[in-house]
Amino acid sequence: MKILRDLFRDFRFLLSFCVLLLLLMMALLSFFTPYDPTLIGVVPRDLKPSSTYLLGTDTNGQDIFWQACNAVRNSLIISLIAGLVSRVIAILVGMVAGYKGGWVDRVLMFFGDALLVIPIFLIMVMMAMLVREFMNLVVLGLMLSFFGWAWDARVIRSLILSLREREFTNTAVLSGTGTIRLVWNEYMPYATPLVFSTLINNMSWAIGLEITLAILGLVNMNIPTLGTMLNWAINYQAILLGHWWWILTPVVLSVLLFIALYWLSVSISEYLDPRTRIQRVGA
Amino acid sequence: MNFIKKYLIPRLVSYVLVIFLGITAVFIIPRLIPNDPVQRTIQALRARGSLLDPGTMDGVIRDLTEMYGLGGSWLDQYGAFWSRLFRGDFGVSFFQFPTRVNVLIGTAMPWTLGLMLTTTFFSWTLGNLIGGLAGYYSRKTWSRVLDTITMVIRPLPYYIFAFALLLLLAYVVRWFPISGGTEIGRTMDFNWELVKDILWHSTLPALSMTILGGAVVFQTMKLIVQNVNAENFVQYAKLSGVTEDRIVTKYVIRNALLPQITSLALSLGQIFSGALITEIVFSYPGLGYLLYNAIITGDYNLIMGITVFSIVGITTAILVVDLTYPLFDPRIRYS
Repeated sequence: MKILRDLFRDFRFLLSFCVLLLLLMMALLSFFTPYDPTLIGVVPRDLKPSSTYLLGTDTNGQDIFWQACNAVRNSLIISLIAGLVSRVIAILVGMVAGYKGGWVDRVLMFFGDALLVIPIFLIMVMMAMLVREFMNLVVLGLMLSFFGWAWDARVIRSLILSLREREFTNTAVLSGTGTIRLVWNEYMPYATPLVFSTLINNMSWAIGLEITLAILGLVNMNIPTLGTMLNWAINYQAILLGHWWWILTPVVLSVLLFIALYWLSVSISEYLDPRTRIQRVGA
Repeated sequence: MNFIKKYLIPRLVSYVLVIFLGITAVFIIPRLIPNDPVQRTIQALRARGSLLDPGTMDGVIRDLTEMYGLGGSWLDQYGAFWSRLFRGDFGVSFFQFPTRVNVLIGTAMPWTLGLMLTTTFFSWTLGNLIGGLAGYYSRKTWSRVLDTITMVIRPLPYYIFAFALLLLLAYVVRWFPISGGTEIGRTMDFNWELVKDILWHSTLPALSMTILGGAVVFQTMKLIVQNVNAENFVQYAKLSGVTEDRIVTKYVIRNALLPQITSLALSLGQIFSGALITEIVFSYPGLGYLLYNAIITGDYNLIMGITVFSIVGITTAILVVDLTYPLFDPRIRYS
């Protein structure tokens, strides 16, 4: 409880927490959508926001409010799959590379560095084009997770490298602790806060890429996400026709989401690293 | 000699290996997916309503198989793939049949290169300069205001930021053109009018990339400078009466710049992807827009060509930045 109280003292944490809570409520509301969100033509077209249609309706004949709720939920699902699976890869790679060292370390880190250096956006476009027919939330999430582990594996590896040199490692090894137990029981607690703060960054990255791939038409356009909503609005010339309520909904929601996730991760990692905390106070 | 052995050789080896790995991925990915690109292309042709008699169809299938390099075993295909790449041959584009992929990439390349070079230069220089000053004077109000602004801009992805800027500056207040690299129908003879037109159309894409890239550079630079500031030699310089301007430029910023060169090299790939995305937002006639059209029309050859070109280009650029590093860091000496 004390941790939370300390965190809430940071206005950025408070603000982003509230925004995320709001978006989460939208995501939960999506389970009460009065019609199937993949259907079109369920409500009158192109209506301005009113008391019946909170955020208006679009040219597809869908209620933008309910579309937005589903979009937020689906974007969060994609980013959670991508974030969690890539965390598992990053932890495994980082720990094995850091603990084993030698050529295992060199090979694993070479693959990681290659992923950082190669313009993976293009590789992802190629992959997405080929799996277009099977594309859904899970496939997209897994695809993103496959590309999103490299940097964080490097961070975890360097943490393990420093932990391996500490006294308690020797004590544990000499008193007969197995490698897996040592890594899991002794090292994991050190890595957990790091994993958590990189998870948030990774989720934000995944949502951004989903939007980009959706704009290129490379995801399933019938499933509402922040990206597909924006794509439909652009394709139906919502800007030129002046349907501001349609184009602004996904833009504003994603801007809020990105800023909230970033501020949350910054305030948490500042809290975890006392040096930056001191800098903020200005000592 | 030592420089070559310790610095040059490892970098060259990893350069070659990364290119090898990337291009092998480009080769393998389409072959892992359980559907036949030839059949898919035929289906796409049919869906567009072109009717072909069976004889022509067989010919088309043969041509496509050869074009995709799908004849023979995987090993044969792999060998053929590399020999085509070494000849710089990416086949024919479907989207603008029968223009060769090389020609399309060649016309689009200068646009992307120009956009990327200018924006990288501006965002890196301005970001480091302003970030350095803001880090040194971190308690001044303007420094805190800039910090808050970057906290808002930094997390936005290229697409959303460019799109928001487009909405704001081209639709709401009509200061800038909405799309394109020049006015529609302008001929490409070189004259002053053309240069002005291109600059005018490039301002908004360049602005969005510079602000977004600069925000990242600003933040890291500010953090590094704040750390350098706490070092003993800066305190010593202050106490021995070195002027403040001199401390900022010669002592603090100069030391903080070194890690920034490394991070520039590491972020080139992302900047490039960002350039592609920004071009799509502004319909700017570079590689990104070409990629967009290739995706829309399912032009696989063109996408492959762009990807291979980019892998080679980006890794080479990173190698060059990496190799210039010893010039800036006097501590690295291999003699």
